[in-house]
Amino acid sequence: MQVELRDIHKHFGKVHANAGISLDIPAGSIQGILGENGAGKSTLMKILAGALHPDSGAILLDGTSVAIHAPANAIKHGVGMLHQDPLDFPPMKVLDNFILGHEGGLFSERRSAARSLKELAAQFDFLLDPQTYVDSLTVGERQQLEILRLLWLGARVLILDEPTTGISLPQKEKLFATLKKLAAEGKTIIFVSHKLEDVEFLCNRIAVLRQGELVGVAEPPYETHRLVEMMFGREVSAGARTPAAPGETVLSLAAISLSHSRLDLRDVSLEVRTGEVIGLAGMEGSGQSILLGACAGLLHPTAGAIDFRGRNLAGRSHHAFRRSGAAYLPAARLEEGLIPGLTLTDHFILSEGLSGLFIDRRKSIRLAEERIELFDIKGRPESTVESLSGGNQQRLLLALLRSPLSLILLEHPTRGLDIESTMYVWSRLKQRCSQGAAILFISSDLDEILRYSDRLLVFFSGRVSPPLSTEEVTVEQLGRLIGGKGWERFDAEAVHA
Amino acid sequence: MRRAAWSSALFQIGGVVTALLLTTVVLIASKAPPFAAFANIILGSVGTWNNFSQVLVSWVPLLLSTAGLLITFAVGMWNIGIEGQITLGGIFTTWALRLLQTSGWNPTLIIALAIAAGVVGGALWAMLAGALKTFGGVNEIFGGLGLNFVAMAINLWLIFGPWKRPGIASMSGTVPFPQALWLPTVNPQSSLSLAAVVIAVVSILVVFALIQGTYFGLRMKAVGRNPRAAHLLGIPTWQYMMASFALCGVFAGLAGAVQVTSVYHRLIPAISSGYGYLGLMVAMLVNYQAAWAAPVALFFAAVNVGSIQLPIVLRLDSSLGGVLQDTLVLFVLLGQGFRRFFQKRTGDEQ
Repeated sequence: MQVELRDIHKHFGKVHANAGISLDIPAGSIQGILGENGAGKSTLMKILAGALHPDSGAILLDGTSVAIHAPANAIKHGVGMLHQDPLDFPPMKVLDNFILGHEGGLFSERRSAARSLKELAAQFDFLLDPQTYVDSLTVGERQQLEILRLLWLGARVLILDEPTTGISLPQKEKLFATLKKLAAEGKTIIFVSHKLEDVEFLCNRIAVLRQGELVGVAEPPYETHRLVEMMFGREVSAGARTPAAPGETVLSLAAISLSHSRLDLRDVSLEVRTGEVIGLAGMEGSGQSILLGACAGLLHPTAGAIDFRGRNLAGRSHHAFRRSGAAYLPAARLEEGLIPGLTLTDHFILSEGLSGLFIDRRKSIRLAEERIELFDIKGRPESTVESLSGGNQQRLLLALLRSPLSLILLEHPTRGLDIESTMYVWSRLKQRCSQGAAILFISSDLDEILRYSDRLLVFFSGRVSPPLSTEEVTVEQLGRLIGGKGWERFDAEAVHA
Repeated sequence: MRRAAWSSALFQIGGVVTALLLTTVVLIASKAPPFAAFANIILGSVGTWNNFSQVLVSWVPLLLSTAGLLITFAVGMWNIGIEGQITLGGIFTTWALRLLQTSGWNPTLIIALAIAAGVVGGALWAMLAGALKTFGGVNEIFGGLGLNFVAMAINLWLIFGPWKRPGIASMSGTVPFPQALWLPTVNPQSSLSLAAVVIAVVSILVVFALIQGTYFGLRMKAVGRNPRAAHLLGIPTWQYMMASFALCGVFAGLAGAVQVTSVYHRLIPAISSGYGYLGLMVAMLVNYQAAWAAPVALFFAAVNVGSIQLPIVLRLDSSLGGVLQDTLVLFVLLGQGFRRFFQKRTGDEQ
């Protein structure tokens, strides 16, 4: 089925997530959609799959304009979407999951459904036992089940969102073979990914999105550097980076292994020294937050040692790290960092660990007023935190940091902030560095990584690069590494070492 | 800010009025004169000093339960298990009295020790629910409900087993204690004890101060509103949860102890008398604010006592009081829900 998207617009508040995207996808082709986090890929696909409504624009299937109101409606038009996290029901059997979503009478026709499942599975060489429970399947098998289910429901357009995350190599090969076979049958495959290698290998055409716009369509043979340029294409100014003179080691990770939600990080070693800033780059969910959590004691390594200021704290709680001078600032400020319903004053009382029986109101309000002025927060001591803007919430989180600190861990420190707040946040952080703190931060903004870090680590599907000096890394190299290319050289280095 | 307070009050009053209207409808449907019924409830509760002293008698355990529940609500927990905690308070108090009644010690000392034992009993039972929640991942509502049944079974076993009356075990409870071991009452006919009233009033004041004015209370609120952020701010979250359960158990145990020492003077099967569940409703009705707990608990106690004479005078079931209380809670909560809904809508339009 031929898919045409005509001038699709979608706003989320101030964000223009899709800014007039038009794209033609011929029947029987495998269309790659490439772009970094927040480029608008998922939004566009959700619009096509009926999970979101566009503000304006049209969707044409085989030349006729259709209005897709809901995912169930999309599948009636022949559009099925395979989500990154399979939308199945793990405590139920494979067959039950297969039947779900199928329109039928009061009594499901289990026997005929079981027959269809078997036939379809045989066609693609999938080994799925209808009677096992879904929670015993691997991610790859759950994906296979979902593909069969969508085909059975009559999908002629199949959208796959980051389908190669969390599946094994043989499963990936089988998936690619299946997709090619489906395309040969005339079905349209839309393959959303940030993995350059997968997209280049599989797709007949690649559309690249950046900041809500379609920046280009590429056809084979692909030139990787062109794709990277389109994905990240903007001038990166090294800017006012003042390289720190690193001091003594604050934190040292010795061959730690971590395991969390489908990702395994193995043998990561890192020395963090006072005064330096280390950026953690990569697509979201590649392992950065797992490593950052381990540095804060929020996640315990399965092997290896974490030496923090001379003590091995592996397996100890976050509070042990905190007492030794670490602070952790989560990305979800209001959900994880601040306490809705409590005032700014309350927060300062809590973070300073003021003790005694009765709260010294006058002292705590004075403390709050001082900090509010010092950090230029637009709010009053008695304001609740949810009444602050995002930028002011981040300022508050910085104001809540105690002194002295030897390690500050941040997830997306400037996400959603305007330029002024961003500059302010980093000036404060740099000040902390000059006072002897080391900083580790996650960002999906390459500019931010290159501008502020002294060294950086790149993450890709649980792989962690050795620390790279920001001076020696180019945007293109970084883009390739984030997309999973050019990792061989680290293997070679490891052999030499 | 002023406008928000006004609109909040308006929705509360709307809830109260709707509840009264609905109760009136129930009365008309059961062919009873509504005004006479309401008048009876009012006269039955505050009409005579004797009636009002009855109201105070039931106000004491209700206020104590509410006080305890405000603490667990502060950390975001639904301590449904409070009924069992009251029961264990009663059991431990009875146990201490039985041990010490022949000791020949000063009766005041024995009563004080017995009440202390009740406090310990309530706190231990509450910590069991807390431990199930914190270490076993059992939702405190289900854990508490289960423990309520266990407490009830222990109570019945004691009354019909080891502590049964000589000769015949009876639903009327264990053998009454000698009068010397009763909390002194204002007059011999009444079971109203000034000491019990003082305990209840002091308890609610302590809870109010604890939640509003102490570092401990602020940290509890932080844990209740956002455990993850509280953890990152360095607050030992599970310790605070356990402490709040233990504290709630202290007040529940006090309620059980007061029931044994001043009202029944023995252990009876229904020693908790549903005050724990009623306390949950009071806490919800006052929107978890300690300042309003005392007057609202007094009102609930008055409705309870006032509806007792409905069957005699109007041949109505005394559960009408419950209908009034329950619809009140329901509609006031509904009013708050509506207010939030409308605020959100007007907020979106701006």
